[in-house]
Amino acid sequence: MAHAETHDPGTPLEYQSETGRLNILGFWIFLGAELALFATLFATYLVLMHRTGDGPPVGELFEVSSLLIQTFLLLTSSFTSGLAIHEMRRGHVKGLLIWMVITLLLGLGFLGFEIREFVHFVGEGATIGTSAAWSGFFVLVGTHGLHVTVGVAWISMILFQVSKRKFTPATTSKLFISSLYWHFLDVVWIFIFTAVYLTGMVMYHG
Amino acid sequence: MKWDEFFVTGDPLIYGADVSIALTAAGILFYLTYFKKWGWLWKDWLTTVDHKKLGIMYIVSAVLMLFRGGVDALLMRTQLAVPDSKFLDSQHYNEIFTTHGTIMILFMAMPFVIGLINVVVPLQIGARDVAFPYLNAVSFWTFFIGAMLFNISFVIGGSPSAGWTSYMPLASSALSPGPGQNYYLLGLQIAGIGTLLTGINFLVTILKMRAPGMTLFRMPMFTWSALVTMVIIIFAFPILTVALALMTFDRLFGSHFFTLQGAGMDMLWANLFWLWGHPEVYIVILPAFGIFSEIISTFAKKTLFGYKAMIWSMLLIAGYSFLVWVHHFFTMGSGALVNSVFSVTTMAIGIPTGVKIFNWLFTMYKGKIEFTTPMLWSLGFITNFVVGGITGVMLAMAAADYQYHNTYFLVAHFHHVLIAGTVFGCFAGLMYWYPKMFGYKLNERIGKWVFWVFTIGFNVCFLPQYFLGFDGMPRRVYTYSEASGWGPLNMVSTIGGFMMGVAFLVLVYNMYYSFRYATRETTGDAWNGRTLEWSTPSAMPPFYNFAKIPVVDRLDHFWYAKQNNTVEKLETKDIKKIHMPSNSGVPFIMGSFFFIAGFGMVFGWFWMAILGILGVFGTMIHRSFAYDDGFYVSEKEIIETENITN
Repeated sequence: MAHAETHDPGTPLEYQSETGRLNILGFWIFLGAELALFATLFATYLVLMHRTGDGPPVGELFEVSSLLIQTFLLLTSSFTSGLAIHEMRRGHVKGLLIWMVITLLLGLGFLGFEIREFVHFVGEGATIGTSAAWSGFFVLVGTHGLHVTVGVAWISMILFQVSKRKFTPATTSKLFISSLYWHFLDVVWIFIFTAVYLTGMVMYHG
Repeated sequence: MKWDEFFVTGDPLIYGADVSIALTAAGILFYLTYFKKWGWLWKDWLTTVDHKKLGIMYIVSAVLMLFRGGVDALLMRTQLAVPDSKFLDSQHYNEIFTTHGTIMILFMAMPFVIGLINVVVPLQIGARDVAFPYLNAVSFWTFFIGAMLFNISFVIGGSPSAGWTSYMPLASSALSPGPGQNYYLLGLQIAGIGTLLTGINFLVTILKMRAPGMTLFRMPMFTWSALVTMVIIIFAFPILTVALALMTFDRLFGSHFFTLQGAGMDMLWANLFWLWGHPEVYIVILPAFGIFSEIISTFAKKTLFGYKAMIWSMLLIAGYSFLVWVHHFFTMGSGALVNSVFSVTTMAIGIPTGVKIFNWLFTMYKGKIEFTTPMLWSLGFITNFVVGGITGVMLAMAAADYQYHNTYFLVAHFHHVLIAGTVFGCFAGLMYWYPKMFGYKLNERIGKWVFWVFTIGFNVCFLPQYFLGFDGMPRRVYTYSEASGWGPLNMVSTIGGFMMGVAFLVLVYNMYYSFRYATRETTGDAWNGRTLEWSTPSAMPPFYNFAKIPVVDRLDHFWYAKQNNTVEKLETKDIKKIHMPSNSGVPFIMGSFFFIAGFGMVFGWFWMAILGILGVFGTMIHRSFAYDDGFYVSEKEIIETENITN
């Protein structure tokens, strides 16, 4: 609810309206719930990762190059989204748009390699129905990928709004929130990188 | 799929239900059209974002679901009244105990407490609305749609029959084929979205929108209980979301999380389910504790004893609630060490709970107790809940649990805590805040009849079940032999069950009677209350709640203001225009798309599911692009509403 308010001149635009402040706090709490959601998926995967039945062990099919490219793309995109928010704080609409578009392109690149990898696994006979371990893998990594997809679509729409409305308390709080979301996905990926890929390859190759 | 597979056929009870659904629907449509109420329904209710109206809609839905779940209960009790009964067959009985449990927990208890929280918490903290009013409407509609999706299962496609716990592999597509179990998965999934959003919404509301001067340790106890409950929701509901999604994948897309083939692990489901399920029982009991705290303090006319101890014990309970889940399956065979750990944590929960019980007793000590109906329910809670708590400690002993597990002893235990805790709490809260919601009290004399018939019936129903459990009667059996000797106690239990049914009907009659004859409240302070919700000048607060935001300097501020004659009177100069959010029909439309998506998934019609999901995304995109900044209520309108003359 927008009340007439006085601000410290240093208050960033996204924190200047009551709605903006409430939305940002609400989104932090939402990320807490997302943390619980991914924690459950990780726990499920870790419980099931040795239960491969007749299917291949998960580590056997992982490819280092694809993994490194995906990781590089997503981690860089987190950095560029940070640069975008930096531009937003400086009041540069154009700078924000450029860095955010780069962020989204990196995100799309990540998705491309992830989809290519999934297709490859399916071709090698590892599908969601192969074994409990592969079910856990596809749902955990797939849920992350789905989040990235939703993020790309969502941020695109926010950028469209920013290009029309420029920086207002409403648009900047949306941008800030979407960048929190993007960084969160990066953090989740680091855990996937470690708990799924590294662990899987080390277990298989020794 | 043929039509006779789509609709449930062949059972006279179901045909009766079909007819009554058709008649009720026709009656509602006729009423709305004949009395020209469609506009009223849409403008005042379906599109509202007012927390008080959403709360009332939650409560009305919960009472309807209490009726549905209660009918299920009475059907079961009728079947079990005598040995070798032929009233229900085994499949039908399985479906009924499944829907009874699911509906009572998720579609009755939860919405009832969330409804009371919706109505009361913003008023108690001196706020004009919740942090996210639009999201609040989304919460309600996703809950409501989830409940409706679950409920139509018994006439379309068939109900789930694997128990409310839906243990695998019983709930798998191999052993529970057909849409029944899918209804459970999708209905709970959609309703769960709403619950999670409620959790975020009210946590932010309580943290950020309190009246000036109301520090955390000056908040009313009900608001505290809501705060703790929301934290539990935020960390527990995502677990349910994942568990349901994984089972949905197992059933619809051939994954192997919980299956016996493909190296799946069936007990993983039990763990995930109870990792959510045990916190869930605290989600429905903590707000009830808050309600009792308010009522006991009000009608003993004393400040709550041990205010801070009450808060710390709730926080402890919330923490422990995530550390006890294995006690639901001690017999799984986790070994002595694991069972011992969970046995100890479970018993430890009894300590903070005991602290609360003693605090309530000490609050009443030397108080001038007024025996109103809300107070009767609260007193009834203390005595009956202790019975449930003690039997809970008995069950907590892992070694002894091997004896009680899956018997009627357990059934009696959890009904004794859930009914004497949550249901008594909901009834107490309903009677207590009824004048705040509707402007008049429920009739006290009829209310006392409801209390006594219900409480006596409740004990007549469940006390015998402890003994049936000792005697070895397992739960979830649709009949038993005469030779077992369980007949007489079951008959007694059934009589008690019907007494509770009668009490419910009298309660509904009381709503009608009071609507017709009760004297209307002239002030906002129906019970000589202590907290801010009673400080509004009119019995039912206007949609903006407070013309002037109150300033608080201590716990029970309003009570002390009354004692010291310092209650502020509104003056024209205090009035400033008020900003409020606009109504929106989009949450309702979003809910409808959720229904389409859920229904498509239930039957595996993926074109329909995709259509529904696209619709849901469409409403979200609409929301993102709509820049609606709400509207202002003018000073003139406020002065007229508040009747300010000076």
